[in-house]
Amino acid sequence: MAAAPQTRQNVREKMIHGVLFACGMVSVLTTVGIVLSFLSETVSFFSEISLWQFLTENEWTPMFEPAHYGIGALASGTFLIAAGAALVAVPLGRASAIYLSEYAPDRLRRVIKPVLELLAGIPTVVYGYFALTFITPLLKRFIPDLDVFNALSAFIAVGIMITPMISSLSEDAMLAVPRSLREGAYALGATRMEVAIRVVLPAAFSGVISSIILAISRAVGETMIVALAAGSTPKLTLNPLQSIQTMTGFIAQVSQGDLEYGSLGYQAIFAVGMSLFLITLLMNLAARWLTSRFREAER
Amino acid sequence: MNAHQIVARRALRQQADRIFKWFFVAAIGLAILALIILLGDIIEQGARHLRWDFIISDTSRFWQKAGILSPLIGSLYVILLTAAFALPIGVGTAVYLEFYAPDHWVTRVLQTNIANLAGVPSIIYGLFGLAVFVRLLAFDRSILSAALTMALLILPVVIVSTQEAIKAVPPALSHAAYALGATRWQVISTVVLPASAGGILTGVILAVSRALGETAPLITVGAWAFTTYLPKSILDGFTVLPVQIYFWSSMPQDGFRQIAATAIIVLLIVLLVMNGFAIWLRNKYQKKAEW
Amino acid sequence: MAMAQRMPEQQAATSVFRLEGVNLYYGSHRALKDVTMEIGARMVTAIIGPSGCGKSTLLRSLNRMTDLVPGTRVTGSITYEGRNIYAADVDPMEVRYRIGMVFQKPNPFPKTVYDNVAFGPRINGYSGSLDELVERSLRRAALWDEVKDRLKQSALALSGGQQQRLCIARALAVNPDVILLDEPCSALDPISTAKVEDLMVELKKDYTIILVTHNMQQAARVADVTAYFLNGELVEMGDTRLIFATPRDKRTEDYLTGRFG
Repeated sequence: MAAAPQTRQNVREKMIHGVLFACGMVSVLTTVGIVLSFLSETVSFFSEISLWQFLTENEWTPMFEPAHYGIGALASGTFLIAAGAALVAVPLGRASAIYLSEYAPDRLRRVIKPVLELLAGIPTVVYGYFALTFITPLLKRFIPDLDVFNALSAFIAVGIMITPMISSLSEDAMLAVPRSLREGAYALGATRMEVAIRVVLPAAFSGVISSIILAISRAVGETMIVALAAGSTPKLTLNPLQSIQTMTGFIAQVSQGDLEYGSLGYQAIFAVGMSLFLITLLMNLAARWLTSRFREAER
Repeated sequence: MNAHQIVARRALRQQADRIFKWFFVAAIGLAILALIILLGDIIEQGARHLRWDFIISDTSRFWQKAGILSPLIGSLYVILLTAAFALPIGVGTAVYLEFYAPDHWVTRVLQTNIANLAGVPSIIYGLFGLAVFVRLLAFDRSILSAALTMALLILPVVIVSTQEAIKAVPPALSHAAYALGATRWQVISTVVLPASAGGILTGVILAVSRALGETAPLITVGAWAFTTYLPKSILDGFTVLPVQIYFWSSMPQDGFRQIAATAIIVLLIVLLVMNGFAIWLRNKYQKKAEW
Repeated sequence: MAMAQRMPEQQAATSVFRLEGVNLYYGSHRALKDVTMEIGARMVTAIIGPSGCGKSTLLRSLNRMTDLVPGTRVTGSITYEGRNIYAADVDPMEVRYRIGMVFQKPNPFPKTVYDNVAFGPRINGYSGSLDELVERSLRRAALWDEVKDRLKQSALALSGGQQQRLCIARALAVNPDVILLDEPCSALDPISTAKVEDLMVELKKDYTIILVTHNMQQAARVADVTAYFLNGELVEMGDTRLIFATPRDKRTEDYLTGRFG
């Protein structure tokens, strides 16, 4: 009599275990799926276009005659946006982090942090709109040569968007530095700025760098801001005043049109997507390796 | 060390300290200023068109008559379906990781994989959705494809926040239940999940609100630029609010730009309400947990 | 309330610190109560007492480290070489620079040995030879021989006792007149403790040493003057041998004989 409900319960427990395991597998399958699906289209792509051509041609004009498939033009657009955004966000983000962790009184910090989170929570399409309708006209007053679509407005907006990321992650890293180190420096007669810059920041270095890498990786994957404000003309250039196209912008542009499944154009967006995936994956892994190294050193 | 040099230098260092302090404050001020300008500009552009008509009208070729009914309904369907997919799978995965997964390298790979997926750009998810849901499984450009894609996108966030909520439940509670002879699943379903429900819900709402603002993956998966009908089933075509904003922003006529701003205002209000609700929920739940 | 103070002869010559009616409040909590005492130059003064009696607070008030805790208030006067260090026109930075501090748990910066010692001089704009200064400070801290080949290695690679002596060298490098030590040996093994104690006795020839310790025997070993604190009050202070042999106050006697604390 005691055995029957027991085995039924066991069976049920095992079933539930199975179901939950399957849930866990979903995330694994997602990664596997992404890699496989991209890979298959990418392989088809490279059966038509040689890898050499892909990497070394400096024009990207898949829709024109003659079609060129050099990723360089798109990559330079992505790089321009990411570098420009970093230029904006790194000083802003790090300065905010230093202020919040070393200077701000507790009450002020509790007010400012949510405001910064607000910046991070605004949908990117809103930033894109802002870049297009406010930043560009504003800049055009000072820089008459500015194209209507240009990289500058876009990367300013992207920079503002990723600033909270750098600020909040760096601040966490700096707050994790033990008080005893700060006290040691104060006891030697250091000013607050000296303690912040010469002791805390170096001690939190890995954490800060990791936050910057994560933020740049976010900028690399950003689509809507560049789609709205940066333009759709791939160019191998470092001039931020011109219209360019990023890898993400290209994917967004092409997927809006009518896609012939199996066409070279369809495969091209997956080839570009694959490159994007690999780049951001490498950056995220690097950032996380740095944080784990940082946590080890803190003993 | 020369005492005079020290004193002179000290004054300099103090000045530097003061200057830098203001520099840091200015940095934060700049960030906050950017936020204010952004919001101000949008309100200035779009507030004048914010009428009830705007919300219940359909899109139109004429911006004066265009409204956001279709995108709003589309967004609603998409996020409801997204939540329906993401909640069970996300919570299930979190429960598995916290209670069933053996302390094995496989588990660590699983955890790392989830962290990696959180950092994948949203447009990659869109491409994945295009290849698998739209094409391979032939769901075509539908709400179903969109919801499945978005569910995968927010899954890592739901998993992590659920894990946090579960970890916050004191182990003493589970131990008490085990001691009364409960099986693992009974402990989870009757003690842990109810105790962490508030935190889980907060996490899901925050994740879904993120999904509400997403544009790129939905474009890739095939949201329409222009629909005048309301979707009747999950296999129908659709559009969502952020996508509508995108398309209106890209149109040359100034009028469309303005109503894009109006639509943004609606979107921001919805997001604000959702996030505010989630934070209120989190605070209420945290207070209850203070025993 | 008259404090029993029996000073050894050399004390009468110079006192470095003079505290009069000092009260220290952390918010509404009164951590130091009406403390009046004198600390003499070029000797080791030990402050002993049970945990929570305010001895660390007293030490930190001497170099204004208490300022770092928000809501701290000090009344009464603390004068260092005749000047009230809490006067409005006094710069805390200067106070800390002239009065060095070594903490309970060694806290070297995560930099090289060399950079740790050089930190203080560098931020103060020392224009002389840093190499010489670093060597001198390390020799003074009895650490030079052990680290002279590892100057460019990370300070965190040193043992606990070595790290603490490094912190002493770091404090010495800015040439203070006074060195405050807050339970410097409590995290160290007996051998390192002995080394640090010998160091303190050696250093008192040139510096004024003020030591907080919960270890009575340590005070008995190294201190010239001992002060006993209880609940934020100075109970008794004087020549160490006299305090330990014939304490005047019953509370002191109870503590020294281990009846509590």
